[in-house]
Amino acid sequence: MPQPPADTNSSTGFDANLLAFTHQLRGEGVAVGTAELLDATAAIGHVAWADRDAVHGALSATLAKSPEDRRIFDIVFDRFFFRAAEQAALDLGEPVAGSQPGDEDAARIDIEKLKQQIAQALRDGSDGSVRDMARLAVAAFGQTQGGSGVVGVDVQRIRRELPAEDARAAGIPRDRLRLFEKEVRRELERQTIERTRSLPPARPLGDLERGLPTGPAQDLAEIHKVIAQLRRKMATNGQLLRGQKRSNVIDVRKTVRASLQTGGVPVVLKQRPKRPKRPEIFVLCDVSTSVTSSSVFFLSVLHALHDSFRKMRSFVFIERISEVTEVFEKERDFKKISRAITTDAGVADVSGYTDYGRVWSEFLAQIESELHPRATVIVLGDARTNGRPAREDLFAQVAARAGRTFWLNPEPKLYWNYGDSVINAYAEYCIAYECWTAAHLSDFVEALTRPGTPRASQR
Amino acid sequence: MSTGPKTAEDLAAQLTADGYLADTQTALVAWLAIELGKPVLVEGPAGVGKTELAKSLSRVLDRDLIRLQCYEGLDEAKALYEWNYRKQLLRIQAESDGAGWDKVQDDIFGEEFLLERPLLEAITSEEPVVLLVDEIDKTDQEFEAMLLELLSDFQVSVPELGTMTSKSHPVVLLTSNNSRELTEALKRRCLYLWIDYPEAEHELAIIRLKAPELSATVSAKLVELVGEIRALDLKKPPSIAESIDWARALLLLGADSIDSKVFAETMSVIVKHRSDLETVAARVGMKLAGGDAATAS
Repeated sequence: MPQPPADTNSSTGFDANLLAFTHQLRGEGVAVGTAELLDATAAIGHVAWADRDAVHGALSATLAKSPEDRRIFDIVFDRFFFRAAEQAALDLGEPVAGSQPGDEDAARIDIEKLKQQIAQALRDGSDGSVRDMARLAVAAFGQTQGGSGVVGVDVQRIRRELPAEDARAAGIPRDRLRLFEKEVRRELERQTIERTRSLPPARPLGDLERGLPTGPAQDLAEIHKVIAQLRRKMATNGQLLRGQKRSNVIDVRKTVRASLQTGGVPVVLKQRPKRPKRPEIFVLCDVSTSVTSSSVFFLSVLHALHDSFRKMRSFVFIERISEVTEVFEKERDFKKISRAITTDAGVADVSGYTDYGRVWSEFLAQIESELHPRATVIVLGDARTNGRPAREDLFAQVAARAGRTFWLNPEPKLYWNYGDSVINAYAEYCIAYECWTAAHLSDFVEALTRPGTPRASQR
Repeated sequence: MSTGPKTAEDLAAQLTADGYLADTQTALVAWLAIELGKPVLVEGPAGVGKTELAKSLSRVLDRDLIRLQCYEGLDEAKALYEWNYRKQLLRIQAESDGAGWDKVQDDIFGEEFLLERPLLEAITSEEPVVLLVDEIDKTDQEFEAMLLELLSDFQVSVPELGTMTSKSHPVVLLTSNNSRELTEALKRRCLYLWIDYPEAEHELAIIRLKAPELSATVSAKLVELVGEIRALDLKKPPSIAESIDWARALLLLGADSIDSKVFAETMSVIVKHRSDLETVAARVGMKLAGGDAATAS
């Protein structure tokens, strides 16, 4: 068990460790001020340092002050003190903690029995016994099959060895399984460190780890909160869209009134406020099965956009497109809108698979004459063609006629262009954004409302 | 703070004895709050025992609980202090013949004419108290700013009297349902405690504590069902308070198991929205009938 290194560590005291820890937290975007640091130091003084939970509790109470921060805090805490403990062990030249029950024991472990024991520990054991079991599992399965050297692969392999299906039927809560996986991962990392005698380089948290939780239940509220903020932002940022007219019109009435202060001499010229140029927005939203998880997100984005931009037309598509502008104009309630769209928008086609080529041609046929250089086209979709022709030439036509074209992709950039994703073909003609967290969305909104964004394409 | 709990575990045990089952983090933060003399910001969904924590803490520490319920439009006059102007008027009238202006003026802005509201009361109390500022997220940002002086230095400035510093150090708890983001300044001055829906074991222990007459099997079943209901996408997921209510309702009905009939009858105790009722009836109620048939056969 990784103990928080206490002041026995001669080169660095606990204060220095705490400082390094808060530094990492700041690096991950948690706002930790000096006041918080002082609090944390004071709080640490009141708990037992040997008790990991107590230290964790005291630090989290003083350093991480929102549920989002808490999530990042937990990850950073685990990582930091795990690394600190391993580093200390390496420095002291001792065998890394917890590797002993490895080789000689493993020979004696009966795999079938071990599986049972693991299931038992998962069901009603303490966290500590799960940790022990993880250690045994690594030793046993590692010996029979040999490690692949890649931690993630090994974790999956061990996970598969478990009687997982029966386990779930036997009522093992999912979070226990997850805990087990985490312990296995940690044990494997520990062995790697022991083998190579060095720590792998620290890496910042990936977006994947800090992304919004994707459980359907809690997500919606989260999204609505973000959207509400976005709406305000759009309302204020929208002002920036006011025309870039070169010549201004003098407001005679105001100028005369201002001139009273200077004895009737119009020293200060008052100009008429510029009328904002309403952007015209066309939104195409994919509602097929491959984006099911994000389509709620997208529909609420659509909803918010409709509230902020008067001149806007929206379409949903799977195989064909269908205009839903009216639905949004008639209904204010989000739930009713999403029901109306999913039931009678007329997009629920035979296969349920997206056909981008057809979508573009239909869109062009319906809308081409209405596209103009001040129009903005936004596509919400994952660019997965299901093997059908991408027809980027048609998309290029759309992009050429519209002023700006954006693509919001609900997949992490990592998965772009894998499998049947053809986002790169389209990205030539538009600006593609990955958009699966609120932060991404607000990045995009900034780009959208920024005046004078260059016409799409990097070519 | 010579008396009272010595360690966080000690405090947890005392809270349990009082009928509040605190998890380790809750007990730890509460204990740190007492030790460090810092206010605690408690956040979490409605009905997980945020307010109850303050009440129980006041009993354990043997202190008075002063509660300030926040709402939109709450202002200084209702939270901090107000001049008792009627009394001031009386005073002026009574003295109008003899005394000079200066004397009366000095007199009428004395502590005697100050109406203490909860915050000032907590500050001026001779005995240490527990101050509960409930649902701070309901107030306006300006009110939050006003609290800052109190939270960081435990003092209140009354322009006519000067600064009033606390005689005893109160334990301050602020609760929030997270309906709006609180300002950084406020958060910086507080310890932070997030209370979530409890894990099944913990909730079972709470139910057993609050409704001890309910049989163990029914309680376990109840906790399991509530957990299932919480996993659904509801407008208002049932909280601990509601599980306790449900346990007591079952007790009153003398139910010895939760079958679909009992569930349909008592469902309204834990689910408070019409649309939610439909969802729960469809998703959980149906399953329950199947489960019972299986056990019966």
